[in-house]
Amino acid sequence: MTGYVRRAWIVVWKDVLSERRSKESLNTLVFFSVLLLFVFQFALGPERARVETALPGLLWLGFLLAGLLAFGRTFLVERENDCWEGLVLSPGDKSAIYLGKLVGNVLLMAVVEAVLVLLFALFFSLDFTRVLPGLALVLALGTLGLAAVGTLFGAITAQLRARELLFPVLLLPAAVPVLLASVSATQTVLLGEPLAEAAPWLKLLGAADLVYLVVGVLTFEFVLEA
Amino acid sequence: MIATGPDAVREHPPLPASDLVVEAAHLRKTYGPTPALEDVSLSLGAGAGLTLLGPNGTGKTTLLRILATLLRPTSGSLRIVGRDALKEPSAVRGAIDMVGHGTWIYEDLTAIENLRFWSAMGGHDAARPRLHAALESVELDTVAERRARTFSAGMKRRLALARVLLGRGRLLLLDEPFTGLDRAGRKWLGEFLMSFKAGGGALVVATHSFDAGLGVADRVAILASGRIVLDRPTAALGHDEVRRLYDDLALGPGIAS
Repeated sequence: MTGYVRRAWIVVWKDVLSERRSKESLNTLVFFSVLLLFVFQFALGPERARVETALPGLLWLGFLLAGLLAFGRTFLVERENDCWEGLVLSPGDKSAIYLGKLVGNVLLMAVVEAVLVLLFALFFSLDFTRVLPGLALVLALGTLGLAAVGTLFGAITAQLRARELLFPVLLLPAAVPVLLASVSATQTVLLGEPLAEAAPWLKLLGAADLVYLVVGVLTFEFVLEA
Repeated sequence: MIATGPDAVREHPPLPASDLVVEAAHLRKTYGPTPALEDVSLSLGAGAGLTLLGPNGTGKTTLLRILATLLRPTSGSLRIVGRDALKEPSAVRGAIDMVGHGTWIYEDLTAIENLRFWSAMGGHDAARPRLHAALESVELDTVAERRARTFSAGMKRRLALARVLLGRGRLLLLDEPFTGLDRAGRKWLGEFLMSFKAGGGALVVATHSFDAGLGVADRVAILASGRIVLDRPTAALGHDEVRRLYDDLALGPGIAS
């Protein structure tokens, strides 16, 4: 294993292990998801047509709000006991830390999204099994984009006093292309149309993911040193 | 306290005895209009140890953070192991180990997991026997699998020192390293620092603990109002004389003398 991959992997290992033990983020996010579902069900009522029309937007609203909570906390653990200093002083390319944090966030969001999709199916009596492969692809691409930009902004705002305020203000405009493409592609998939119909949105998602990833990798060292 | 000698774990890189590890010239640091350091110059060769003394707020931690490349000075120059640390900080960081005010401990990881993480991040051998030997050195081997959250402040300090044992730094920077350690811990740390110097490393210790600090240093520097007002070999000074000079220079009105 090269030094770069080893350091990215050890960051994933550390974050996943810490989260598995503390369950701080996961418990909060799952509880938040359940609350969100209650609010959605109360707002939409039992009418199935309304639910189906709003479903793509509601799904991504849930993912986005959960992401806002999760990504903002990513680097707070590094502030405790000045671990941030250790990361700055560690030799080698710092983007390995960014990629490790990103993978940890994607894993966390994958669990939260699986729970949310399951809860949507239960609360609104929906059957996702038929569209699951297409939905999984859209969720994977959308989550990668959200997590790429969320992890970077989480690092930027972690050292700021007004981070709770600044993080969503920075993240939301930057995430607009990912959200637009994700909601549109999800709508196409949930309508049961062939995945090829969603190809333009998937291409936009792929391009946005690539741009966010490259920007994150290239700028993370400056963010960490700032 | 010493179950395993401090040398048992640490890898000593070959280092010519004449090498200058730190060359700092005219360092100045201001926070807005407030000066924290003024015209600080110091050099430290391989195998040398410097103890920094000074009251709170005189710039000891600021100086250590600049030497660690964690903070950029407002002006001045800094070379670490012969390279410009201000122009290429990442090139010298592999040569620096540090235990500052923060312990760099992840509370939800166990002691051995913390060592594994920092060893891997530093590009060192993270094999379990080596990590265990480091924990044994600081007498934490019996709690290797316990989460750091359950540790006392002194145990966390020892764990931070175990991390340093695993490094390959040629410059070791310590901020109040004796705080929170019991007598046996202080004795072990003193022995470790002496062996670190003997292996060709350079050492800077900022402390309020006169006896422990002077015991590991070849030179003592007193900081007052951000300036080094005294920098002398410890061999030329008794502990009582250092205390008297400290009182006169750092606490008294006549720092110009």
